[in-house]
Amino acid sequence: MALELTFNIAGGDFSNAGKASSQIKKVLKQLNIDAKSIKRIVVAVYEAEVNVAAHAWEGEVKAIVDENEILIVVSDRGPGIENIKQAMQPGFSTASKEVREMGFGAGMGLSNIEKNTDELHIESQVGEGTTVTFRCYYS
Amino acid sequence: MSEKPKYHALKVDAEKCFGCTHCMQICPTEAIRIVNGIAVIDDERCVDCGNCLRACPVDAFYVVHDELDQIESYKYRVVLFPSVFIGQFSEIYSEGRIYEALLKLGFTHIFEVEQPVEWLIESVKESRKEVKEGPLISSFCPAVVRLIQCKYPSLAGNISPRKAPHDLAAHFAIQQLKKQGAAENEIGIFYVSPCSAKMAAVNQPVAERESIVTGIINMKDLYNRIMKLIPAKEYTDTSDFRKYLSREGILWSLPRGESSWFRKKSMAIDGIHNVVKFLERLENDEVPEFDFLELKSCNQGCAGGILLTGNRFLTVERLQKRAAGYPRASQVNTGGFDKEAIKRRLITEKIKPKPVFVLDENRTRALEKMQKINNILCQLPGIDCGGCGAPNCHALAEDIVQGKGRMTDCVFLQKKYVKEQKLKSEKAYKNLEKIWGEKRFEADCNKKGGRNEGF
Repeated sequence: MALELTFNIAGGDFSNAGKASSQIKKVLKQLNIDAKSIKRIVVAVYEAEVNVAAHAWEGEVKAIVDENEILIVVSDRGPGIENIKQAMQPGFSTASKEVREMGFGAGMGLSNIEKNTDELHIESQVGEGTTVTFRCYYS
Repeated sequence: MSEKPKYHALKVDAEKCFGCTHCMQICPTEAIRIVNGIAVIDDERCVDCGNCLRACPVDAFYVVHDELDQIESYKYRVVLFPSVFIGQFSEIYSEGRIYEALLKLGFTHIFEVEQPVEWLIESVKESRKEVKEGPLISSFCPAVVRLIQCKYPSLAGNISPRKAPHDLAAHFAIQQLKKQGAAENEIGIFYVSPCSAKMAAVNQPVAERESIVTGIINMKDLYNRIMKLIPAKEYTDTSDFRKYLSREGILWSLPRGESSWFRKKSMAIDGIHNVVKFLERLENDEVPEFDFLELKSCNQGCAGGILLTGNRFLTVERLQKRAAGYPRASQVNTGGFDKEAIKRRLITEKIKPKPVFVLDENRTRALEKMQKINNILCQLPGIDCGGCGAPNCHALAEDIVQGKGRMTDCVFLQKKYVKEQKLKSEKAYKNLEKIWGEKRFEADCNKKGGRNEGF
């Protein structure tokens, strides 16, 4: 028994980044998931959404909500990540000046996702896109 | 389950209500359904914001209040009212004349609730450190407090565990009267409420055992009585009653009335739908850090309270002018009173969350229900017409999985089922009668509905 939710994100559309995390939060609240877990999940999904808006051309957030855990797959068509290990470093950023001026791209995205999730897996093809998969267990 | 049922001051007059759905559509917690032709409020979801009363084209909503004649049983008859009460009168009536009319009505002591407000300011500022994470949220507006408890339970711990100005004024009044030799049972304290939320909160305080107030008076009711009694000019000097009133006190219930003295990084939001949008973001951690948030359910704060008369912007304008003539709260001399004793009484227990939107306590069943809702939504038209007696298609889908509604409640699906011969047209007609009342299809010139503002 699992519930699947899908959201599309357009590259550069910062004003709509946050829709998926907001919707996922509403579902989790109705499922009586504890507030702490919800917060971790919402923060992680939001960071992933902003990553797509900041770097990619287009992307999709898929959430599979289960009784004990949630699995999130964020896949995008975009420039990809050359060095994933480096990208995971807090503070490392390839965000453009414009994106930084908007208050995003501080290089905390992926490390923040890692901090708030129980499992994280990143796959990327330079020039094609990136898929970020993470899992959170409810406490 | 040992808790008392949630008290509400808002009621529906079944004689006047004809189920026009205006209230149902505007309710911020989707607490209203139409059953048998009448609006029915869900007690668990209702936060007493009063938007239903405001939206009703036939005045079918009313608030429960106490009668004024009960003041006669007390030797010391204290009237407590928020400053907005004065603000709603036209400028031709001086505050002195309004005070005199209150004395004529039979009150012996008059207190605007926002005094001596410096003590509450200190206390709220002290409560900042009692909240560990995130902003301190003002506990001033009871509709917002209830909204957070039921819809944003994770933020309940951020609400300042402090009482409201009317508690401050009530304790201050009692201390003052006792000093003059009054016995506690001789004192009757009557609070004039600007809204249904304050009425409910005064009657059933969120985190206390009982209310300090003897009776609650409807502000609209009192306004009408004052207008009848108001003297042509001032005969007695009532300024002594306003000795402890300050600029901050007068502006307290208006937008920025609290955030302006809290300073630091604070922000004020008015209007419950604006508050909802902001709380969603706050809960998602999508807003910058704040020290203090002032959230008020009514547009223009209490100047927009549902029991006020007159235009809310004019009320704000008058109060701002009035405030300029009063000293700052810190300049008010409250020597001779036991400030610490009253400050101790302003502290409440932590506000507890009371989530009501959980689909099921059991997570597996909740997940099943969620899936069913999604499947049902695929069948519904998505036009949120309210023809089923629920505010929108999503709410109907939720009602169906909770056993409170049926697919055939949807007027669209009914047509479809009749066409597919799954439902007899007689049965479909009966279904609609169940929601909209038996005589719903009869001609009746009283049920014209409302129009957009300005028409």
